[in-house]
Amino acid sequence: MIPAKFDYKPASSAEEAILLLQEYGDEAKVIAGGHSLLPLMKLRLANPEVIIDIGEIQDLSFIEERDDHIAVGALTRHRLVEHSDLLRENVPLLAHAASHVGDPQVRNRGTIGGSLCHGDPASDLPAVVLATRATLIIRSQTGEREVAADDFFTDFWETAVNPAELLMEIRFPKVGDQPWAFQKFSRRAQDWAIVGCAVQHGSNPGIGMINMGSIPVRSSVAEEALRSGNAVIDVASVADEGLSPPSDIHAEVDYRRHLARVLLGRALS
Amino acid sequence: MTFPISVNVNGQTMEQEIDPRTLLVHFIRDDCRLTGTHVGCDTSNCGACTVLLDGEAVKSCTVLAVQASGHDITTVEGLAPPDGPFTPIQEGFRQEHGLQCGYCTPGMLMAGTALLNEIENPTEEQIRSHLEGNLCRCTGYEMIVRSVQWAAEHPDGIPVEIGEGS
Amino acid sequence: MSLVGARVIRKEDPNLITGRGQFVDDVQLAGTAHMAFVRSIEAHATIKSIDSTAALECDGVIGVWTAQDLNLAALPGVPGLQRPPLAMGKVRFVGEAVAVVVAEDRYVAADAAELVFVDYEPLPVVTNINDALQPEASLLFEEVGSNTVFEMPTPDDFQSVFDDAPHTSSVHIVNNRCAPAPMETHACLADHGPSGLTLWASFQAPHHLRNTVSGWLGIAQDQCRVITPDVGGGFGAKVNWTPDLFVAPILSKLLGRPVKYTQTRSECMTQMYHGRAQEQDVDIAYDADGQILALRVLVYQDCGGYPDPTGMGLPALTTTMAAGCYVIPNVSVAWKNIVTNTTPVAAYRGAGRPEASYLIERAIDLIAYDLEIDPLVVRRKNFIPPESFPYATHSEIAVYDSGNFAGALDELLNIMDNDAIRAEQQENLADPAKPLLGVGFASWLEIAGFGPPGSLEGFGHLGSWESVQIRIQPDGSAIVYTGASPHGQGTVTTFAQIAADYLGIDFDKISVRHGDTATIPQGIGTLGSRSVAVGGEGVKTASVRIADRAKRIAAHLLEANPDDIEVANGNFSVKGTPAQNVSWGEVAWASFRPLEIPEDMEPGSLDNTVLQQVPNFSFPSGAYACVVEIDKETGDTRVRDMYLVDDCGTVISPMLAEGQVHGGVAQGIAQALYEEVRYDENGQPTTATFMDYLIPAAPELPNFTSGRTNTPTPNNTLGAKGIGESGSVGAPPAVINAVVDGLHHLGVTHVDMPANPQKIWRILQGGVT
Repeated sequence: MIPAKFDYKPASSAEEAILLLQEYGDEAKVIAGGHSLLPLMKLRLANPEVIIDIGEIQDLSFIEERDDHIAVGALTRHRLVEHSDLLRENVPLLAHAASHVGDPQVRNRGTIGGSLCHGDPASDLPAVVLATRATLIIRSQTGEREVAADDFFTDFWETAVNPAELLMEIRFPKVGDQPWAFQKFSRRAQDWAIVGCAVQHGSNPGIGMINMGSIPVRSSVAEEALRSGNAVIDVASVADEGLSPPSDIHAEVDYRRHLARVLLGRALS
Repeated sequence: MTFPISVNVNGQTMEQEIDPRTLLVHFIRDDCRLTGTHVGCDTSNCGACTVLLDGEAVKSCTVLAVQASGHDITTVEGLAPPDGPFTPIQEGFRQEHGLQCGYCTPGMLMAGTALLNEIENPTEEQIRSHLEGNLCRCTGYEMIVRSVQWAAEHPDGIPVEIGEGS
Repeated sequence: MSLVGARVIRKEDPNLITGRGQFVDDVQLAGTAHMAFVRSIEAHATIKSIDSTAALECDGVIGVWTAQDLNLAALPGVPGLQRPPLAMGKVRFVGEAVAVVVAEDRYVAADAAELVFVDYEPLPVVTNINDALQPEASLLFEEVGSNTVFEMPTPDDFQSVFDDAPHTSSVHIVNNRCAPAPMETHACLADHGPSGLTLWASFQAPHHLRNTVSGWLGIAQDQCRVITPDVGGGFGAKVNWTPDLFVAPILSKLLGRPVKYTQTRSECMTQMYHGRAQEQDVDIAYDADGQILALRVLVYQDCGGYPDPTGMGLPALTTTMAAGCYVIPNVSVAWKNIVTNTTPVAAYRGAGRPEASYLIERAIDLIAYDLEIDPLVVRRKNFIPPESFPYATHSEIAVYDSGNFAGALDELLNIMDNDAIRAEQQENLADPAKPLLGVGFASWLEIAGFGPPGSLEGFGHLGSWESVQIRIQPDGSAIVYTGASPHGQGTVTTFAQIAADYLGIDFDKISVRHGDTATIPQGIGTLGSRSVAVGGEGVKTASVRIADRAKRIAAHLLEANPDDIEVANGNFSVKGTPAQNVSWGEVAWASFRPLEIPEDMEPGSLDNTVLQQVPNFSFPSGAYACVVEIDKETGDTRVRDMYLVDDCGTVISPMLAEGQVHGGVAQGIAQALYEEVRYDENGQPTTATFMDYLIPAAPELPNFTSGRTNTPTPNNTLGAKGIGESGSVGAPPAVINAVVDGLHHLGVTHVDMPANPQKIWRILQGGVT
């Protein structure tokens, strides 16, 4: 399978990328690691006329401690996230979840920003962003804006990143010693999750769900139950409440709901 | 529209004008004429096209050749010099019957090479887990696992005559 | 030292581990153009029009052709139901070739194929056997008047036996449709010049392809050379006629340049013939002790959009082997071949026999459940005793050659600790935190070593023999040429082992060549677990003949009696006086020099060709056990342990035999738990990528514990039965019997494959099947 023709525009800086995005607008797609976009292009489910390659922008790959949060550059590859001591210490849920993305080859190439901007509800990291209540930094020519995780995923495969904008970094609040858990149910290790969940405990606990809606979603009802000090079994039993999971060849709606409850129960145990 | 690229493949610099949609695997196979790297699927699932990009295993069907410009690529042809000896992982696949039809083998060898670069003595579980992105339809994997274990146990390889029984 | 039976490192490996293998797409001929197909997006439709205008305007497009443009004969197949190379007015499955594009490179060809506009008038779709059999069902072939294109009724349904039997059980079985999915998709490269055609193809039977393509093209066979270079797996699916094999030579000739085609994986998933796709009604009658009185099997074979002769023949193999390794006095079989708007169905590793072992091994467990006795007791009670061979079955095709089914089961129980597993099973049942355990057994038997005269001819092959030519080179090295056409089996190694033993030439000085009709006299190919049982026997036959001639030459050189000459370690010597010897190299050299050989011999006599025949099939057998863990909450089911006892008679290479078993078992586990080709109600495939068609990877499969028994076949002098398909025959029933065992406390007696977590969860929820 072969992508359709496109114009190729490499960008050497975020500024250059944003200028290119302004110039080409909707016709353009940004490529970083390419592991979300290229598979779609090969199946010709995406046929952008212009590809803006930001993969060589070195200063967007970083993991830095800043006050109360850890900032992760959008171009940081999954592998670096997975192996980062800083993240293992301060946002262990993220490091752990990154080790479950795709397979080793995918993790060597794919980036956190690419995964998030793809906005796939079946992907692992959006659930972590929701669970940790991370903040996403988006830049346009007019400057940077902060978007809360809850406002980032807007529609199926759509995010708050507008056509002339670039995701720059993701800021994860340090969680200290607060417990966390990640559960992913798939047939094969390499597969996308049939259902999964990411749980971050703390004063405002977060529960991000994988593949439980048309966009990445949190389980607000379960979060509320957790905040109210309910027993694990009761929290887990509302994992799917208010959510509209998809039905596909791997799992129908009722099974996904059931899995969400089981997995959240395991995550909280 | 073409785009100039310069890629170091197995120690040799390849400079070329290419259609930017050219997948790295097609650049390697069709332009570099290194056909040991195979294509087995359309969806980045099978790993037959695995090569090392700056020393890390990647699926070359899911990388544009333009994205490899300025980087180092190692393919299966770059593992052992033409006059030998085989690298431990190549030798391990022979010794432990880690291949049958041989189609997935280059990808397995490259993924296995990356694994052994990272973990000298991987456990069986680590081997299976590290090869999760490489499909083989012939072996059932146990002998591939044994092959990687053989390589870990023989970091210097051993010269073996073809056909030697044991 | 005998090499047969030794652990030998493969001769095939050095090229394949260095990237120097040569698969079809690796062959790069100057001036090659690339072919792509426009494929139907409808499962059942009439074609109103095809517009190639936009495609033809693409830079680099050489041409676009439809059925009307090329006026091609139908592909070889079932008379009256043949598949056209390009759709003729109607399409019958998603992915059927509608038009063909040739372009300067594969990228442009892919672009242009997207730009050919086909206007379809959709027809009602039948996607499964049940829909196809409805009275008002849409018909694929109106002229047949039914979607049942062939029916084999039973001469006797033994209803009176069932009526009188103390006990009966019945089950409807779905044997799920699988995609063979070799890692290398199908590919071909045609170079059809004024001097004839050279066709490279990823194929399992080069001579079969040459005979068929040359006949179809109307060219003489001497003008048609087929090369099957390295082939990246086949599993039975690379012996079928797909349009590319015929269209590429036509277009190569038309354009005066080589034309190459490589399937994408998505194409492969809808083009490469699928396997299994059977449903079965199974009734079994037995007494209170579990003694079987009668078995009745009705097979519904889904043949897909175009019935293939092999696909239509699958139920013949299933019903032939339906009684497995048991004495069953009354066996009634019947079948129907049914067409549906899906990818055509033909051979996939095991081809009809996995469907047989699955049904009989499931039926055995049903007896055990009904009578509440140990399934192993039921098996032992009904086994054909080891002294009963040759054993005539209900089928004229199958006269079992040899076997020891109780012995294999004994060995299985030696290599596993069944009591400990049963104890653990009980503990786990009581502990909510632990998974359910299930243990399943399969005493399986299959038919292999295809075959005796007549067995392959019915599937369109020239014969059922295999060709071997051995040529001694002047330096005393040997080349074995064979019509066997391996694609992973390691035949180059095993044939060299056999030749080394019977020629007395060093293993290192023997090459095995295959896969080229220009250099190999004739051949049938690699399918039906036949390479060693038929071709390997041919290697022995030719080796013995050559060794006898070489001894005469050696005797002549040593001035001794030929009867006194023995050959070992590359030397001929006179019995009792080893100092009196001559090397194989010297004998070989002399064999080409008229003055140095006996007067009644001709130069070059150390060259022998044999079309090896065998008198009967072989019947590999074995006993497998599987232990599964079932997550009580999610239904997730994983194979924890597999215990495998195989009896393939004489083993040539234990390491390679083990590899064959592992691969087959992996595919069997995959069928039982993971893989299923599916369609939606419109006939759209929903599992056409490796993302959705779940081929297991290393983390999903266990290590295997192996044992072996040996009852040599009397049908060849090696005693080898064949091992290529055994694993895929034995594993599915062992796995599903284990799954059912793990769920039996809920009243479950059957679960259809694949036992995926959602299905198991529904059962755990109370949906007993």
